[in-house]
Amino acid sequence: MSSATTVIIFLATGTYCLKALGPLYFGSSRQLPIRFQNIALLLPTPLIAALVVTSAFSASNALVIDARLVGLLAAAVALWKKLPFFIVVIVAAVATALWRLAFG
Amino acid sequence: MERNDSIRRSIRAKALSIGLAISPFGLAFGALCADAGISMWEAFGFSALVFGGSSQFAAVTVLADDGTVVAAVTAGLLLNLRSLAFGVSMASSLRGSLIWRIFISQLMIDESTAVASEQIDTKDRRYGFLCGGLSVFVLWNITTLIGVSVLSETESLIKDLGIDATIPAAFLGLIWGKLEDSTHRIIGGIGALLALILIPITPAGIPVIAAAGAVLWVRPWKKMKEDFSE
Repeated sequence: MSSATTVIIFLATGTYCLKALGPLYFGSSRQLPIRFQNIALLLPTPLIAALVVTSAFSASNALVIDARLVGLLAAAVALWKKLPFFIVVIVAAVATALWRLAFG
Repeated sequence: MERNDSIRRSIRAKALSIGLAISPFGLAFGALCADAGISMWEAFGFSALVFGGSSQFAAVTVLADDGTVVAAVTAGLLLNLRSLAFGVSMASSLRGSLIWRIFISQLMIDESTAVASEQIDTKDRRYGFLCGGLSVFVLWNITTLIGVSVLSETESLIKDLGIDATIPAAFLGLIWGKLEDSTHRIIGGIGALLALILIPITPAGIPVIAAAGAVLWVRPWKKMKEDFSE
């Protein structure tokens, strides 16, 4: 068995357990305290905000500023202008590509 | 009834947009696998069975760098810890039979949670979760297969087309609506700041998990007066 297959088996099993604990354990008759529910609903915002940062400013565990910043700023403007989601993503790609073409 | 139809239509449009938005990454993931000498079936195994974009990228990158199986699995699981938080936050909206919950759990990812979280009514949240999850699942797997079989050594192409910049843009789009609320804005800002500080000093995955600590801002040990769920 290749190491990739081994990784898939363990990672898929572990990931599924993490995914399913909410719906299978908390989804039935068990009620979470309202306070905990409020916290759980707040959690995705800082997590996804961190993903914005890690996907825009990190490269092999180092903090880097590159053309992705241009794409992110372009996306922010597109979002502010309330453009459709897919257009926002295209705007980010095009802005980054043009920046690299001009200055890369 | 008319209002309900228009809500459902907007949910489906959002779900499709998110599916299309992640498609370039499916291609990139497939290309990464091809580059790392991972077979088509293994690439498909990652996308269908693990089904967690960032964790798949992390695990395959570790393998490509001759990392150990333990390191690859650990990196992947660290990134997927957030699915536990998403699952707990979504549980009340996803009640149903055991079979339904076993099935729906596999779709517990950022995108399905984000589409669902935008809705207030439980049935709309459920519908958003299902549409977002299925849209991403189908397109992610198709594009992974295309990527692994058609593309290889596309690192320069991915950069030339700015495809790598669509990831942060997509994540920003996912929380943009929430940022109108001051509490979300503050904890989002703290989360982003924590990640910035931790990127250079911690292994991949840790900055994202540590960002969860931003919710301490609302002082959860005190009695809450506000409902933050909307």
